[in-house]
Amino acid sequence: MTTKRIIPCLDMTEGKVVKGIQFVSFRDAGDPIALAKKYSDDGADELVFLDITATVENRPILFDVVVNTAKKVNIPFSVGGGVRSVSDMRQLLLAGADKVSLNTGAVKNPKLITDCANAFGNQCVVLSLDAKASASGRWNAWINGGTKDSGLSAVEWAKEAARLGAGEILLTSIDADGTKNGFTVELTRQVSRDVPVPVIASGGAGSMKDFLEIFRDGEADAALAASLFHFGELTIPELKRYLSAQNIAVREIL
Amino acid sequence: MITIIDYGLGNIGSVVNTMTALGVPCAVSSDPFVVGSAAAILLPGVGAAGVGMQNLKTRGLDSVIRNQVLRGIPFIGFCLGMQLLFEYSEEADTVCLGILKGSVRKFRAEKKVPQIGWNTVTVSESNPYARRLFDGIPAAEFYFVNSYYPVVENPDMVAATTKYGETFASAVVYKNLFATQFHPEKSGAAGTILLTNFIKENL
Repeated sequence: MTTKRIIPCLDMTEGKVVKGIQFVSFRDAGDPIALAKKYSDDGADELVFLDITATVENRPILFDVVVNTAKKVNIPFSVGGGVRSVSDMRQLLLAGADKVSLNTGAVKNPKLITDCANAFGNQCVVLSLDAKASASGRWNAWINGGTKDSGLSAVEWAKEAARLGAGEILLTSIDADGTKNGFTVELTRQVSRDVPVPVIASGGAGSMKDFLEIFRDGEADAALAASLFHFGELTIPELKRYLSAQNIAVREIL
Repeated sequence: MITIIDYGLGNIGSVVNTMTALGVPCAVSSDPFVVGSAAAILLPGVGAAGVGMQNLKTRGLDSVIRNQVLRGIPFIGFCLGMQLLFEYSEEADTVCLGILKGSVRKFRAEKKVPQIGWNTVTVSESNPYARRLFDGIPAAEFYFVNSYYPVVENPDMVAATTKYGETFASAVVYKNLFATQFHPEKSGAAGTILLTNFIKENL
């Protein structure tokens, strides 16, 4: 069995790591390259890099930042933001990414998932899904950096994306993002049970207990957090020691 | 100098970064003449077996790789770069390089496929070359991303095993060839030690 993964996330805009609350009110969190190196050395199991304004600004991803960040990490490095074609994905792999996440580009053109999976294998294609509870209580998938409701049910879209070839789902709860009130356990559990690929839970991490809950009750395969780690409120070694003591299998740090 | 084979897929950038960080001079090439005269070869792999084999053939690399491995030059393969060494893969019903006897099958026992994450690698203690390569790694956990796994015909070639539903050969050795189903280039300190041991042994 694989261990549960702890994944720091670098949300990028204008070359800087930022952290918002519910996808707005961004605050500067520092230099991506220095943070990436620190997390890699600290025992993070993977690193996610998201260029969160590439789509809305209709520009390509920050390639030079990807290139320089990738040089500093010897753990898996997943990159996303504004990916619209197989050639965009190939560019990112050449730049040093190990996996590429698709979000708006896949909602607009679901065949992109299949094309990318055929070219690079489905284990290389991550569906990044930003979910928000609608008035009816159903979770919908939002696009364009969380600014537009796609109208798709988040759970159904996750299932469809896996069927089309996505090898992993990065599931972010917009409602919980940046609140530090805990992950959205129910949404994560539902997607994790319904989708036959690993699920990374994201949004809302505020304490070590939240990680325990999302692994144990939310059935997540991995958990992602940003501000907790960036602002030094929690370190990866202490989180791993806690989870290990709670009988959650995590990777030992050498 | 190690030649990293570019066959149109895979995390080439990432592999170059790792080898460079380890101080190993490397060059990326898809030219069969360059690969054919290389002193050592690295076959990376993030990708699908069908496209991978097709790309190797289109570039005229399949027979070159086979000849180089049989000649006994140092060879290292990661993930798909390991799977393609066998005779056949279930993925897209693909005939592979056929350098090693065995085939590649899809995981069936675990609910979630692909396997993505860190898993335990148990070294074959009876294999001295395997023991040397994994020497100095206290907790042998490595990073895996795979839906398929190799079934090796010759047990002497199995350097390590891992369990994900099925128990499978997660590393193989044969003469100067070493190939892993996991990604040492992405396995933090454990991967760095393993690659350093390979380099010391071969380059």
